[in-house]
Amino acid sequence: MRESNLLYTDVEDALREALRDLLTARCPAGAATALYDGDRSIVPLLWKSLAAELGLAALLVPESAGGAGATAREAAVVQEELGRFAAPAPFLTSALVATTVLNFSDADDLLSELASGERTAALVVPLSASVASFTPVVTATPRGTVTGQVTSVAGAVEADLLLVPVRVDEGIEVHAVDAAAVDATPVVSLDMGRQLADLTFDEAPTRVVLGAEAGGPAVLAGLQIGAALLASEQVGIAQWCLDTTVDYLQQRRQFGRIVGGFQALKHRLADLYTDVEGARAAARYAAACAAENDPDLAVAASIAQAFCSQVAVKAAEECVQLHGGIGMTWEYPAHLYLKRAKADQIAFGTPSVHRTVLSELVRLPI
Amino acid sequence: MTAESTIHRELRARIAELTTSFPPRSTEPREFQGARFDAGLAWVHFPLGLGGLGLSRSLQGYVEELLEEAGAPDNPARRIGIGLGMAGPTILAFGTEEQKQRFLRPLWTGEEVWCQLFSEPGAGSDLAAVGTRAVRAGDHWVVNGQKVWTSSAHEADWAILLARTDPDVPKHAGMTYFLVDMTDPGVEVRALRQITGEAEFNEVFLTDVRIPDTHRAGQVGEGWKVANATLTNERVAIGGDDSVRESGMIGRIASTWRERPEVRSTALHDELMTSWVESEVFRLTGIRVRQKLAVGAPGPESAGLKLVFARLAQTISGLEVEVNGEDGLRYSDWTMTRPDVVDFTGRDAGYRYLRAKGNSIEGGTSEILRNIVAERVLGLPTEPRVDKDIAWKDVPR
Repeated sequence: MRESNLLYTDVEDALREALRDLLTARCPAGAATALYDGDRSIVPLLWKSLAAELGLAALLVPESAGGAGATAREAAVVQEELGRFAAPAPFLTSALVATTVLNFSDADDLLSELASGERTAALVVPLSASVASFTPVVTATPRGTVTGQVTSVAGAVEADLLLVPVRVDEGIEVHAVDAAAVDATPVVSLDMGRQLADLTFDEAPTRVVLGAEAGGPAVLAGLQIGAALLASEQVGIAQWCLDTTVDYLQQRRQFGRIVGGFQALKHRLADLYTDVEGARAAARYAAACAAENDPDLAVAASIAQAFCSQVAVKAAEECVQLHGGIGMTWEYPAHLYLKRAKADQIAFGTPSVHRTVLSELVRLPI
Repeated sequence: MTAESTIHRELRARIAELTTSFPPRSTEPREFQGARFDAGLAWVHFPLGLGGLGLSRSLQGYVEELLEEAGAPDNPARRIGIGLGMAGPTILAFGTEEQKQRFLRPLWTGEEVWCQLFSEPGAGSDLAAVGTRAVRAGDHWVVNGQKVWTSSAHEADWAILLARTDPDVPKHAGMTYFLVDMTDPGVEVRALRQITGEAEFNEVFLTDVRIPDTHRAGQVGEGWKVANATLTNERVAIGGDDSVRESGMIGRIASTWRERPEVRSTALHDELMTSWVESEVFRLTGIRVRQKLAVGAPGPESAGLKLVFARLAQTISGLEVEVNGEDGLRYSDWTMTRPDVVDFTGRDAGYRYLRAKGNSIEGGTSEILRNIVAERVLGLPTEPRVDKDIAWKDVPR
């Protein structure tokens, strides 16, 4: 069996560095707190920088459609950095999930608009939908329109192009719908950095981009890439929480001692370190499988989700606890990571959903 | 042709010469190992005349590969494990010329088995606290004390020993490193029976054991430095072949689960899958650490790996006993035996459960490993060392 490289390549490191510089300038720690008070102005500005300036929206679009033709490995590194900054940008929903679905179609015009950052897309499914549990609820009418309601859709607030899985007798079609034709109600979300919306399609005019045969596999591929690469975001979240907590405990003194010297805390951080290293290995493996079209991708994505979801939540919870009172404040950014980590735990299927998926894939039935 | 391939060509020729003169399949294994040593193919990074060719250590893999292809016999790992992994490199680094000539060849061929006399009842995690005393008497030393957790002591011809030679200085400064003849009449070896019923290890009692000063390795008082070289060479076995999914402890319980539908329940299933995921993540982490080492970025990461290994081995073996239900109430055999090879995933679930308890103790307890990770990886403050500046004899114990 050929072994995937689970380290970072020089190209990936260079991409990370460029992105980190940009995020340090445009999305400093705590900047996303404003989102919770109703000021979303950071989102379009940040997304424009990422999509157009750094060209990240084009990563997964093939060169033939005006994209960069990069792989899930580079996309995963971007995800790690976005996680590290708890950045409120629709990269995962538009540039990874929706783009992967659209890559199954012939709609090169739409793909090239996504690649250039002119348009932003979202796959219209609840953020909690997983490869194990997805059934479309929107239906087509004989008038070439679609009707139905989909709740808790991520990325729809930022999107102008909606990719809607539509139930038909022969399977699942995917329709492209102009966001302006849809009633979208933003939801007060646990993670306002990835704000959800409830969408109502009432005779919305559409363009069919994937027919009944290709639509189902395309949507599943989108959900799978979402699960596989969400794991890297979770690694970034966990790494920030670990690094920040270690830094803080090096500064903080109580009882005349550096708090980080107390063994009860050292041991918790050592355990967290081993968790984060494990999460990184799992996420890198999932990204490598996605990049190489490895038949093990389904297993890899579910391993990554089952593990990395838990590690990100644990890291954020430890971050809050080990910062003491300051971790509970609105001012300190720890809560942004806790909210992102907890929402990510549910996104694309909870850990227990993925353990169930795995048990079927590796023949360990109930 | 590059210089590298010239070296490879020369090695190939040397190996061909060895296997022609000593056909691996028809030569007695120990004789073959001796010839391999004499040809400098034992450990290529050792000097000429001492089993090596003074080449880069990285070429060893190439030699092993070619010899394996030629059907060369493997070293009997149990007989030479400690000699090869610990005593050999230490003697090479700190031994006298006479010691190197005397000990390295029989150590390599397995003719002489070695054991390690380091840990004591009063010096476990705090190894530098050893209290076994070596007192100078003319051209030799007289040693008294007790050592413990000594594998192979009942078979060993020689031992590496860490002993206290000066109790009046702080602990790290008062130790000296010796090579001990295990057939000395003052050496008494007793099997140390474990919770599994078997005895992998021994207690070793040293009573007026006489060691010639010529069997001292390194300077008097330099024992800690020499012992650290030994420990650096200790290969931490982190269990299992990381190239194969379900290769470790998880593979055993997975087989039971597949073969015996009657043991399955919803609650156990979620526990099983949680452990399955963690085992796979551990395997991937091991691959990552190995890939990192291959590009020359070594670090204390293996401490983190061993922490996870111990936790998983204990969790999974415990779950397996539970999953076995009525069968979990039975045990294969409590008879006192002296196992040749220790296989963490061998025997029955009950044995694995009990043996796994040692995984978080041997080779550094999980508590010490957490300190190592916290201090050396994360840079957190080190533990207070209250005995650092006082004479060993004045430390409360």
